[in-house]
Amino acid sequence: MNETEEARGGSESAAGHGPERQAAGGQPHDIRAVGAPKRPLLHFLHRYPAAAPAIVLIIAVAVFQFLNPRLLRAQTISLMLQQLAVLGCLSIGQTVIMLTAGIDLSVGAVMIVTQMIMAELSITVGLPAWVALVIGLGFGAVAGGINGGLAAYIGLPPFIVTLGTLGVFTAIGLFLSAGTTIFFPNPSNLLLWTGNVVAFGNFHVTTGVFLMILLYLIVAYMLARTAWGRHVYAVGGSPEASQLAGIRVRSLLMSVYLLSGVLYGIGAWIQIGRVGNASTNISANLNLDSITAVVIGGTSLFGGRGVVIGTLVGAMIVQVFETGLALAGVQSFYLQFAEGLLVIGAVAIDHWIRALSTGSGRA
Amino acid sequence: MTQSGERDAAASTEGSGSTPVLAAQGLSKRYGPVVALRGVDLELYRGEVLGLIGDNGAGKSTLVRCLSGAEIPDSGEIRVDGRRVAFRNPLGARRAGIEAVHQTLGVVPALDIASNLFLGRERRRPGLLGTILRMLDVSEMQRAARRDVERLGIETLQDITQSVETLSGGQRQAVAVARAVAFGSKVLIMDEPTAALGVRESGQVLGAVKKLRESGLPVILISHNMPTVWELADRIQIMRLGRRIAVVTPRSHTMQEGVALMTGALNIAA
Repeated sequence: MNETEEARGGSESAAGHGPERQAAGGQPHDIRAVGAPKRPLLHFLHRYPAAAPAIVLIIAVAVFQFLNPRLLRAQTISLMLQQLAVLGCLSIGQTVIMLTAGIDLSVGAVMIVTQMIMAELSITVGLPAWVALVIGLGFGAVAGGINGGLAAYIGLPPFIVTLGTLGVFTAIGLFLSAGTTIFFPNPSNLLLWTGNVVAFGNFHVTTGVFLMILLYLIVAYMLARTAWGRHVYAVGGSPEASQLAGIRVRSLLMSVYLLSGVLYGIGAWIQIGRVGNASTNISANLNLDSITAVVIGGTSLFGGRGVVIGTLVGAMIVQVFETGLALAGVQSFYLQFAEGLLVIGAVAIDHWIRALSTGSGRA
Repeated sequence: MTQSGERDAAASTEGSGSTPVLAAQGLSKRYGPVVALRGVDLELYRGEVLGLIGDNGAGKSTLVRCLSGAEIPDSGEIRVDGRRVAFRNPLGARRAGIEAVHQTLGVVPALDIASNLFLGRERRRPGLLGTILRMLDVSEMQRAARRDVERLGIETLQDITQSVETLSGGQRQAVAVARAVAFGSKVLIMDEPTAALGVRESGQVLGAVKKLRESGLPVILISHNMPTVWELADRIQIMRLGRRIAVVTPRSHTMQEGVALMTGALNIAA
């Protein structure tokens, strides 16, 4: 509010009310020169990319709670968190890639292959579970490395690269599973650890959920507080300027895809724990759902802007819509309809914010 | 070596006696059949603004690309403070203290001013936070950035945490200049720094150049804008067809004479 008034005062003075400007503004020169909030809402959204999705989440929760009060029961919340864990984990990697102006269509496929490898090694081959887990995470890194190598060093567009690896990894997953489901006879298998439930009163939260939240905190820290994080934003915003600043753009991109691959591997671990077995019959929508979560979460498709916590909020929005619509007894295609609108809305906001960078210089 | 006479002429105009901060001797560069530089010399002395003018294709850009490490000359030598150097890339030149500000802006729009100033040279927190957790010292970088910006007299950059894409073109260029200056550079090369800017914004950037000269930092200023060059430069090196044909000063020659030299209508040897 304050800023709006100041801005109005500034523009009036520009129209020729010199003395008023001196009296009212205090430091009128600063206000104009910094280009400060002529459009405060726009500047607010620009500075806090997670603000818009947070507001949407609150509204969505309020509306669905009004439609069916079962939404905010401990039981429902626990279930939503458990369902959120895998998508939430995968979307971290997707966020970091999209911050570099890339995209990963192979997320879900990599995750599915990784969980098949973990399960096959532990159950069929009989390796210790921790060895299977480590090899699985290693495979995730290799898969990310293939995407990253083709995108960063060969210079192919990430969209095309990951479209290709989506097909390749999907096929490998089907080959490994041969259409069967691998069950875990021993409930204490380390691969099932992520499904362990911790109870807080009526809340039943799995360790996989905590693992996901921990990963969000770690990656949020890396992005916000380390030089590596700055470089991720820099390379996404302007690869040329980053190169001139001495950032090794290619190895940075490679590190991003490798990290994402490992995160997909952890997502596979959470997935095994959640359902208690491994199969390829997992929603193929995970690829697009992760992109949906990232975009709704306020990360720009064009790179350089966004925060990983926004993605968590975005994934929560999708989950609340899913559960909320189901509780409201609405048919499931409305979910797709609503998600589609949310994605378009998020991209429109991003477009609007981007206008700030080109518009204010001339204003 | 037709250049030797010119070199003497240059040395006699100003700064004679002291070692140039940056010197080039007999730089040649050809791109296939095209000869861009034919044995060009250049001397830049402490605390001066050296204007570099010439028609398109005169070799100005190739010359500064060689000086800033973006191009490797076929022959000739470059000296910084009298010591011979050979840059293999822009980073090498930067390590030697030569910073270049280009017409196309070398700043990252999505990052804030402080982050841009320290991009690629971030400072970490002291102690375990920095060594193990690799934590950036954000407040220290912001403090240093504020100090650098104030020293340049760019008072319009108030909020150091503002992202660069919300700034005007002139302010962005000012950030690029501040960035180049912030790391104790010895030489600043500005390649058409105001070409993309409006009149008022150009004024801001040129004001910054004046401040730099006052602080003793030598600047090479390439511009097609003759009034700007004549206003700011202490000496003006005129290039034509890959050669240095004259070094003049704003007092010794008028703008018209400078343009005549540039286009070949006038010959200084005459």
